[in-house]
Amino acid sequence: MLEIVNLHASIDDNVILNGINLKVNLGEVHAIMGPNGSGKSTLSNVIAGHDGYDIISGDILFDGESVLDFPPEKRAHLGLFLSFQYPIEIPGVTVSNFIKTALNEIRNARGEEPLAASPMLKMMRDKMKVLEMDKGFLSRSLNEGFSGGEKKRNEIFQMAMLEPKIAILDETDSGLDIDALRIVANGVNSLRSKENTFIIITHYQRLLDYIIPDFVHVLFNGRIVKSGGKELALELEKRGYDWIKKEQE
Amino acid sequence: MSDNDKIIDEVTSSEYKYGFSTEIDADTLPPGLDEDTIRLISLKKNEPQWMTDWRLDAFQVWKKMDEPEWANVHYKKPDFQAISYYSAAKKRNIESLDEVDPELLKTFEKLGISLDEQKRLSGVAMDIVVDSVSVSTTFKKTLKEKGIIFCSMSEAIQDYPELVKKYIGTVIPKSDNFYAALNSAVFTDGSFCYIPKGVRCPMELSTYFRINEAGTGQFERTLLIADQNSYVSYLEGCTAPQRDENQLHAAVVELVALDNSEIKYSTVQNWFPGDSNGKGGIFNFVTKRGICETSAKISWTQVETGSAVTWKYPSCILKGDNSIGEFYSVALTNNFQQADTGTKMLHLGRNTKSTIISKGISAGNSHNSYRGLVRMSPRALNARNFSQCDSLLMGDKCGAHTFPYIEVKNPTAKMEHEATTSKIGEDQIFYCQQRGLSTEAAIALIVNGYCKDVLNQLPMEFAVEAQKLLAISLEGSVG
Ligand SMILES: Nc1ncnc2c1ncn2[C@@H]1O[C@H](COP(=O)(O)OP(=O)(O)O)[C@@H](O)[C@H]1O
Ligand SMILES: [Mg+2]
Repeated sequence: MLEIVNLHASIDDNVILNGINLKVNLGEVHAIMGPNGSGKSTLSNVIAGHDGYDIISGDILFDGESVLDFPPEKRAHLGLFLSFQYPIEIPGVTVSNFIKTALNEIRNARGEEPLAASPMLKMMRDKMKVLEMDKGFLSRSLNEGFSGGEKKRNEIFQMAMLEPKIAILDETDSGLDIDALRIVANGVNSLRSKENTFIIITHYQRLLDYIIPDFVHVLFNGRIVKSGGKELALELEKRGYDWIKKEQE
Repeated sequence: MSDNDKIIDEVTSSEYKYGFSTEIDADTLPPGLDEDTIRLISLKKNEPQWMTDWRLDAFQVWKKMDEPEWANVHYKKPDFQAISYYSAAKKRNIESLDEVDPELLKTFEKLGISLDEQKRLSGVAMDIVVDSVSVSTTFKKTLKEKGIIFCSMSEAIQDYPELVKKYIGTVIPKSDNFYAALNSAVFTDGSFCYIPKGVRCPMELSTYFRINEAGTGQFERTLLIADQNSYVSYLEGCTAPQRDENQLHAAVVELVALDNSEIKYSTVQNWFPGDSNGKGGIFNFVTKRGICETSAKISWTQVETGSAVTWKYPSCILKGDNSIGEFYSVALTNNFQQADTGTKMLHLGRNTKSTIISKGISAGNSHNSYRGLVRMSPRALNARNFSQCDSLLMGDKCGAHTFPYIEVKNPTAKMEHEATTSKIGEDQIFYCQQRGLSTEAAIALIVNGYCKDVLNQLPMEFAVEAQKLLAISLEGSVG
């Protein structure tokens, strides 16, 4: 589904990604862990097509096709979704209007008719129920004045609405209290299927108690230095990242 | 626009008749302006003597005035002797849309304007759709039953001279400013509207509906009177790009809101802004002002996207106690457009309130200025004003300027002024793109969000069109 081949990327002449290799198949959940500054958000942005980065070498493939030349929206149309570590505020644009616009742009790109208002609203209500969100949310200005937890929940809500094939969750758990964490994890689990795949970026093991990953990777200095099963997350939790750092030296 | 509106529009626009006797058969006066020109205009329009005298008086005033220099706009001043001041609306000889500028047609398409409407706007001759005559009749009947007068200024001068005489020039005197004086001398047509006491106008009054809409010319004059306890919502302009051979447009709009009445006046202005190099656009120098008697309210809402140069300050004289003035504005400039626009809120009465929300958007090499005056007179006890003036910049070749003038002569008055300048963030665009929006769709969404407080003031259908218009006006301005 998603394949990253020996990817090197830089920003403002600082090389951040140093040869990432990762293969993610449908139906799988991958966790990427790593200390602050190891390049996790950079990797997400580069996969999503942010044009602030220079791709030095390597490739990113969706279903075997290179997407390096595709603008971000085209990657979104192919089914990529990024839950942002720091969601952006767009004043004056309501949550419902934003999601409606996004969903219909994607449908349009796929040659589908726009979704009519009433099924759209019903779908929103259904998804919000799973995420235990208040109806009033829909008419709020996107992320404006949202608490950290509300922003993250809103990201997952959008993901639920857009039904992506590949979802990258960049530190969705940070800033969530334990109840919110459980709700968000339930939301993700309810979307898991054989038709999609999730990449969960996190510092901590605790989200992985709820969303059980098939694979865990450790990112360090822009490279995946260790991969394993879910027990690797537990080991990191117990021992911290220092032993990884030492191993690298 | 609803289907009904379109139908009415087609009917009315193809029914245009000239309301004057044709003793002189020339359709267009030669260029030039002197007293004879004015007498001739008045004669052609079969006006009463007082109207002719009024015009002549205005001309004397105008001759002594200089074209204003203070606005933050730069342009080559028109030669007022090179303009023809009277031209009966001539049907342009276009047979089909094939002869129309394809750029214009593309824009029509994006705005979702029907084929028939496209033909009308670009001046293609059209037949009347017979079935729809009844729709227009129903519309007129409803207004008539309520006693509402809605007609062209020419008709009003003929049919309601006492009303016109009583109110014309009372809000904007002939001597008000250079362009208003000129307009008073040479105006050829415009709209007249009177809402009787206690009547709530049941529909949005739109210049779209009115017979005579075509050919109001470059010096348009509008007079709208809301009698005591009445209400009217009035729409002016349209979102489709309007072209005109006349470069200079100097309209005057006067609103009179008598005790307890309310006037909502909404404008979407999309005159041809010139090409991307700034050539050939329209100069729009408008004077708009309303007067509020006791507990009356006037709301100006405008979405300005067109014209090469805009000079426009819809204002409120809050004369009566407890009266309210509002100004909601979006002014968008792109390429080489220049806009100097804003409002004046003149608080004379006690407990008067005003709100100013101005949203400027500048792109390309354009310049966009907000100029606003809030004056609290000594008598204006407890007067209140809230002003918010925001500027949004796209790219780094454009300019946004804010000139707020505040004169407070009453210690009980309260003023709040907020101003922000922002840029559309790349992170905002990336966020939208990640959700599947193209850069242009992202900008449209962000800009519409930014303008929401103003767009919300527009009647629903108009708001939807205005949103599309903003998006189209910004196309290609980023990236
Ligand atoms: N604009 C930039 N210019 C230079 N360095 C940057 C820039 N943005 C991020 N970095 C650096 O890239 C590294 C990786 O950052 P990031 O991907 O955000 O890490 P993580 O998400 O794992 O915490 C950090 O060392 C950060 O300082
Ligand atoms: Mg990060």
